[in-house]
Amino acid sequence: MTRSLHRRSIIQIGVAVVAAATLVACSSSSSDGTSSTTSAAGTAPAATSPATASTAAAPTSTAGSSDASSPAATSAAPTDNGGATDTGVTADEILLGTTQPLTGPAAPGYSKISAAMNAYFEFANEAGGVNGRKVTLKVVDDGYNPAKTATLTRQLVLQDKVFALVGALGTPTHTAVLDFIKQNKVPDLFVSSGSRSWNQADKYPTTFGWQVDYTVEGKILGDYIKKNFAGKKVCSFGQNDDFGKDGVEGVELTLGAGSLVDKQNYTPTNTNVGPQIGALQAAGCEVVVSFTVPGFTALALGTAAQLKFAPQWVISNVGADIPTLTGFLKEATGPLLEGAVSDNYLPGSADTSNSWIKLFKTVNEKYNDNAPFDGNVVYGMAIAYTTLQVLAAAGPNLTRESVIEAVQKGGYTGPGLVSFRYSATDHSGYAGTQINVVKNGVATPTGPVYTTDDGTAPLTEYTEQQPEAPANGLPE
Amino acid sequence: MATTETTRPAATAAVSTRRQSWSTLVRHLALLAGGVVVVLLITGWFDDFANYQLATLGAYICAVAGLTLLTGTSGQISLGHGALMAIGGYTVALLQNQFADHGVTGLWVLPLSLLAGTVATALFGAAFGVAAARLRGPYLAGATLALGVALPSITSHFEVFQGDQGLFVPFDPPPAGLGDDFSLEHWQAWVSLGAALITLFLLANLQSSAVGRHMRAVRDDEIAASLAGLSVPRTQILAFTISSAAAGLGGGVFAFVLQTASPGSFGLVLSLTLLSAVIIGGLGSLTGAVLGSVIVVYLGTWLTDWIDGLGLDAGWAQNLHDHLPNATYGLLLILVMLLLPGGLAGLLRRIPRPRSPRRPRVGRPDPPDQPAAADQPVPPTAPPAPTTPPPGGQA
Amino acid sequence: MNRFLFLTFNGLSFGAVYAAVALSLVIIWRATRVLNFAQGAMAIACAYVAIAVSTATGSYWLGFGAALVAGFVLGIIVERTVFRSADRMPTLNTVVVGVGLLILIEAAVGIFAGAANRDFPAAFSTATIAVGDVPLLSPQNIFTLGSVLVVMLALGALFTWTPTGLRMRAAALAPEVARLLGVKVGRMLTLGWALAGVVGALAAMLVIPTGLGLFPQAMEGVFVLGFTGAIVGGLESPLGAVVGGLVTGVVLSYASGYLGSDLTLVAALVLLLGVLLVRPTGLFSPVPERRV
Repeated sequence: MTRSLHRRSIIQIGVAVVAAATLVACSSSSSDGTSSTTSAAGTAPAATSPATASTAAAPTSTAGSSDASSPAATSAAPTDNGGATDTGVTADEILLGTTQPLTGPAAPGYSKISAAMNAYFEFANEAGGVNGRKVTLKVVDDGYNPAKTATLTRQLVLQDKVFALVGALGTPTHTAVLDFIKQNKVPDLFVSSGSRSWNQADKYPTTFGWQVDYTVEGKILGDYIKKNFAGKKVCSFGQNDDFGKDGVEGVELTLGAGSLVDKQNYTPTNTNVGPQIGALQAAGCEVVVSFTVPGFTALALGTAAQLKFAPQWVISNVGADIPTLTGFLKEATGPLLEGAVSDNYLPGSADTSNSWIKLFKTVNEKYNDNAPFDGNVVYGMAIAYTTLQVLAAAGPNLTRESVIEAVQKGGYTGPGLVSFRYSATDHSGYAGTQINVVKNGVATPTGPVYTTDDGTAPLTEYTEQQPEAPANGLPE
Repeated sequence: MATTETTRPAATAAVSTRRQSWSTLVRHLALLAGGVVVVLLITGWFDDFANYQLATLGAYICAVAGLTLLTGTSGQISLGHGALMAIGGYTVALLQNQFADHGVTGLWVLPLSLLAGTVATALFGAAFGVAAARLRGPYLAGATLALGVALPSITSHFEVFQGDQGLFVPFDPPPAGLGDDFSLEHWQAWVSLGAALITLFLLANLQSSAVGRHMRAVRDDEIAASLAGLSVPRTQILAFTISSAAAGLGGGVFAFVLQTASPGSFGLVLSLTLLSAVIIGGLGSLTGAVLGSVIVVYLGTWLTDWIDGLGLDAGWAQNLHDHLPNATYGLLLILVMLLLPGGLAGLLRRIPRPRSPRRPRVGRPDPPDQPAAADQPVPPTAPPAPTTPPPGGQA
Repeated sequence: MNRFLFLTFNGLSFGAVYAAVALSLVIIWRATRVLNFAQGAMAIACAYVAIAVSTATGSYWLGFGAALVAGFVLGIIVERTVFRSADRMPTLNTVVVGVGLLILIEAAVGIFAGAANRDFPAAFSTATIAVGDVPLLSPQNIFTLGSVLVVMLALGALFTWTPTGLRMRAAALAPEVARLLGVKVGRMLTLGWALAGVVGALAAMLVIPTGLGLFPQAMEGVFVLGFTGAIVGGLESPLGAVVGGLVTGVVLSYASGYLGSDLTLVAALVLLLGVLLVRPTGLFSPVPERRV
């Protein structure tokens, strides 16, 4: 009995293991083969490039490090191996990747950013691309779940072999992959978040921010409160992560430590903010600084209205886009937002006299299916524009090192109201922002544009003018 | 002589039991060795991303094996195993950070953290098991569901866990002896699948042992088991503890592979995914745990690759890409449960096998035709179905 | 005191929704001994039907009615197909089938309607009426509490005083004997599922306006808390379900208000374990005798 048992178990377990191994092997070969079909332009026939070698046959693994910026590739002139100067680059194409919350609690509003980025890249491609190469953006949905981001980022880097990541969105999600990105030396351009984590040039040399830091924003908002609402009780309502914490820290840097009468937090998984808004009301708050994503700005405003609580709202630009809020609050948007204070470092989406807005609107109509034009679209296109600038500046011999050097060179101007802080030691992005106040349903810029740092430096006025948008929409 | 006649059956029985248990152990060791060889071969063959996927597979196998032991062999539902993985994951993250901060390195650091994660989760599991020992059926399901949903949210409350952002998990690079191009993903796959093999080996031995028999006895009929002298609560708590330990190891490995521990990685979705793997693979079967884990880790990728290749129009393609894998899981769960309760392992068992003639042993009844390794899933019975009206029953 | 009152009423209005979900779970459990894990998903599908009908006809109430009808129909469909042989399946199997159905329905909704958040209006104004200077309830809250109460009373009346209700109770408690007496047991079980579907759809219509809009996973959190409420109250008692749901809502509100918004789920877990430690089958369920 024991022997037949033995044999039968061995057979079935053997079959199981072989089946499992076969399934697993098939998965790796099929995913290798089909992963790069998302790129619009075909991969160049230059089979010597590390980028295409591993897609040809599955098992011939690049078992060594996945970092493909091998010396051989970078020293080759563009014509030697068909223009494939680095991973994700061929003679005709540059493959970029981004992780975005297309579904989940952060999706309202943010899901439109990648569509706008894609539209702008298509527009640029039709005009000839960057140094003769078209830009392709692969967008993957991580649902604001850091575990998915970890897997998807590895997929983009190891399997799809993108040249660089652009505009990856989310503080908790992207923090999870910083070390992986560093280990693989992938350029991580323009993370869509204002956390200070992206500004660690020594620790994460390939990661760059773009958006204004939450602390900087907090300082400037706090400064406006100090000048205009002196003597009133100020409170805060923020997301319980770096976004809320950094922002509140910034406010306290200008208003003074301990100046906030009450601080309430929310977590994106709990949409019942009644207790928190009720607490703010009970504390007698007259000014509430809110670091909230759009959905929760709407919930806060709506709940406050239900409770007949009407403080002066000061809202971070992250959650203050009026068209997005209108989607939630409908007819109540006008009355609830009137007089609300916010800030912006890009031109407002309703400012049709601005050359950049006109440019973006044209691109939006033609390449983005005329999607509703709001702050998210402006954001996406502005990031795309900055990306094109640095890709162009990196030159025709495009490598990962050259693009990182290009960013660190700095000095780029574009749709931003303020300059970037890029340098070899500063990877943070926009240096400041401008206050706006909602008047008659329109966010009206108020006062000067300020720049400041993440620490105790004072606010400085920024007086340079925003350049006009280039006629053909491409950076020179 | 009378005494020899009467003692011979007992002696034969004792000797053949011992022989059986030795042969079981040898068999399991052989499988372990075979598994190690297979792992070494496959990981050497695969590229980095495929190795990364294998590494996540290993983490799932640990947790799913533990869950299949709990639910299949011991008959207790758990909808909260994701939370148990979270405990293991965060313990490993915290310890690794402490080690890194104090500059402690060495090959023993990571196994120590993983062990600590396992032990911490086992302790928690024991405590929860004590609380849940009196619960049956839907009430146990509800309690574990609440656990699965609530535990990750604790991370938002205590500063040390850094809330939604989670903790980064530092660890030493692969040992220098393996060579300079030994990639990180390859190392992760080794560690992860190694942990999975150890878990499978230990649980296989457990299932064949007396403890396993006690668990099955309690599962099948609590009253008979307690009449036979088994302590029902103790057996159930032991099962819960062991299952939690496996989940904790899986969670620790998961944190090591993802290089991060955050509440979003350990939510309700993970708990339900683990349950899906258990059912699709085959309840109570360790082979099933492996197969089920393969399905849940790879099915999504296969489906999305297939969809992307179909070239549908953008709106449909996006919706299908995002949701067809889940729709398939759901359908699979329903179909497997209704049509194929033994799961994939049950399907494998139906492979025609050589029929050996029964040889009745002296003084012993025919041995039951069941493998000593518990590959036989038997859906656990619920509390006695109410064919009689519940006492004091009213509308 | 004001804060306490405010939190209590805030908790009661959410608790009413949990009570509705709990009630639908208990109806199904008592009828067919199935723990319907897909209750929340079925409810969300009905909410999508409501949106579709409302947009097509321009009337909120037509959409509302359509959702309730959809709940009735969906309950029948699910019982007739997936849970046909439920009475012969152990608890684990029904839980797994329910989970599978939950995943399938949410994914199917995502495939056909997309996962983007949709706007979902409330039936009545959400401006809170204050008593003294304490904001208590809004017309929408009153509607929520009221409709759950009405449903509970209607179901109670149905079960206690009508012949159909009697047949349903007979079918659930003693199906063999009921069959012998001419009760169409299968039909009564299906009716139970259909009614539960209606109650679930009502819960969805009441709770979704309070969140971030309609998306496939919108009912998951509510389902978990409704489930908690059902367990706390005891699965054998509809009254227990309602009380359990209300208690859950109020306890969570206090936790959010006094302890912090991130501790609400932990409070639910503590509540659940606390009740179950003392009464392993919930507050209002009769404790089963051990039969040897």
